[in-house]
Amino acid sequence: MIKSGLKKLYMGLVFIFLYAPIVTLIVFSFNDSKSRAKWEGFTLKWYANMFHDPVIVKSLYYTLIIALIAAIVATLIGTFAAIGIHYMKKWFRGIVMNITYLPVLNPDIVTGIGLMLLFILINLKLGFESLLLAHITFCIPYVIISVLPKLKQLTPNTFEAALDLGATPFQTIWKVIVPEISPGIVTGFLLSFTLSLDDFVISYFTTGNGVQTLSITIYTMTKRGIKPEINALSTILFAAILVLLILINRRPGKNNVLLD
Amino acid sequence: MLRKWLATPYILWAIIFTIIPLAMILIYGVTIDDGGIRFSLENIMKAFDPIYFKALLRSIYYALISTIICLIIAYPLALILTEKRNAKVTVIFIFVLPMWMNFLLRTYAWLTILETNNGFLNTVLRFLHLPTIQIIGTPNAIILGMVYNFLPFMILPIYNVLSKIDPYVLEAAFDLGASKLTRFVKVILPLSIPGVISGITMVFMPAITTFVIPKLLGSGKINLIGNLIEQQFVQSYNWYFGASLSLVLMVIILISMGILNRVDPSREGGAL
Repeated sequence: MIKSGLKKLYMGLVFIFLYAPIVTLIVFSFNDSKSRAKWEGFTLKWYANMFHDPVIVKSLYYTLIIALIAAIVATLIGTFAAIGIHYMKKWFRGIVMNITYLPVLNPDIVTGIGLMLLFILINLKLGFESLLLAHITFCIPYVIISVLPKLKQLTPNTFEAALDLGATPFQTIWKVIVPEISPGIVTGFLLSFTLSLDDFVISYFTTGNGVQTLSITIYTMTKRGIKPEINALSTILFAAILVLLILINRRPGKNNVLLD
Repeated sequence: MLRKWLATPYILWAIIFTIIPLAMILIYGVTIDDGGIRFSLENIMKAFDPIYFKALLRSIYYALISTIICLIIAYPLALILTEKRNAKVTVIFIFVLPMWMNFLLRTYAWLTILETNNGFLNTVLRFLHLPTIQIIGTPNAIILGMVYNFLPFMILPIYNVLSKIDPYVLEAAFDLGASKLTRFVKVILPLSIPGVISGITMVFMPAITTFVIPKLLGSGKINLIGNLIEQQFVQSYNWYFGASLSLVLMVIILISMGILNRVDPSREGGAL
């Protein structure tokens, strides 16, 4: 009895530690004062105001559009790459996989400054395009890593079988291989989308020209004080992701996105 | 054959956006520009000047402490979570969910809680006539921020390996007369090492490279290696020295990963 009580207490303490800042943030999104020190009564005005703040609306737009395009492009390139890598000769596959793990293992700050140096070298003005290219770059490896295990689960010679039965190589990939590996593709896409949404460090070094994602806007604000509107927006995003994750994980015949 | 060419766009992409940037850091790291650009290890040497070297040692020290604290918190937690086999998804969900809120905001929220004058915690302490604490701007605040941000990365891999241990193996240990302690030391602990190694890597790496946490919770008074690198690129525009510092950082990470891989008996560490 005491032991199980202690275990619950321990879990509870870690839980409080992880959620204290989040609860603080949500509570202060309803605070009727710009200060984050005092509680001045309940209000919903920050939720109404946030859509009138041009900086916040613009960064939300950039964040979502970049996450969406980056996830789509990374999923396309990454899926094809995974199929290609799967059928490569072993020694070459080893080299390509080592290169694939580079951005995953490299610290974000190094990836960020490396890309910044490259963009400046090729005279690409830092802004929307450079940000997008950077996001695609760090997302592709995660798509490949998500798709490859599904390819390994394919019955060997599926490709040859489809060709023997008269499918063109293009049809084989599109109608035979892709449907089989689709859970991996979905995981890769969702992973890319969240990574892009959440990235700060790489974006920080590769953006410019007034193009700001939410992370960068928040970082700029930390110097002068976070606007309560940002707390309101984050509360909404948090709630949306919570609902989305619950729906995904309740999907019948699910392939558990959260755990894989 | 079509399928052989499928990876070509990616390979080109990787060469342009992964290999070339790293090569550029390497080149910038070992050159200096004094009128003309020439090869020199001057900047690498400069990274070992006391001012910079201290920041480097500090980063390693803070990252180590945070990793150890994370391990101490996460291992028992993962053990407890493993007992609740039926609640797997829900339990994991609860401990991963915080990661889906912007990490800058979450870290910033600690300011609201811990600030010396107006912080929530000190207001409560003052109300109870207890002594207040001053933590923001100190090394402890930075370590707290690291533990807070990276703890889930330690919980998940350890939980993953623990939950995959075959229950019959544990039963067998009992049948063969092992006490609970022996079972833990001789069976559970060795089997969980790959998860612990992944956890250590996933906490230590981001902790040693972070520049945001010291900026926010250390009030910008304490510099880590990440801050120095960032300053070279964003403030003083000394890319050559910034690249040298990055090279030193990468070497340290490579060395620590090498050490970790030696510890890992399975030599895979793939608990992800």
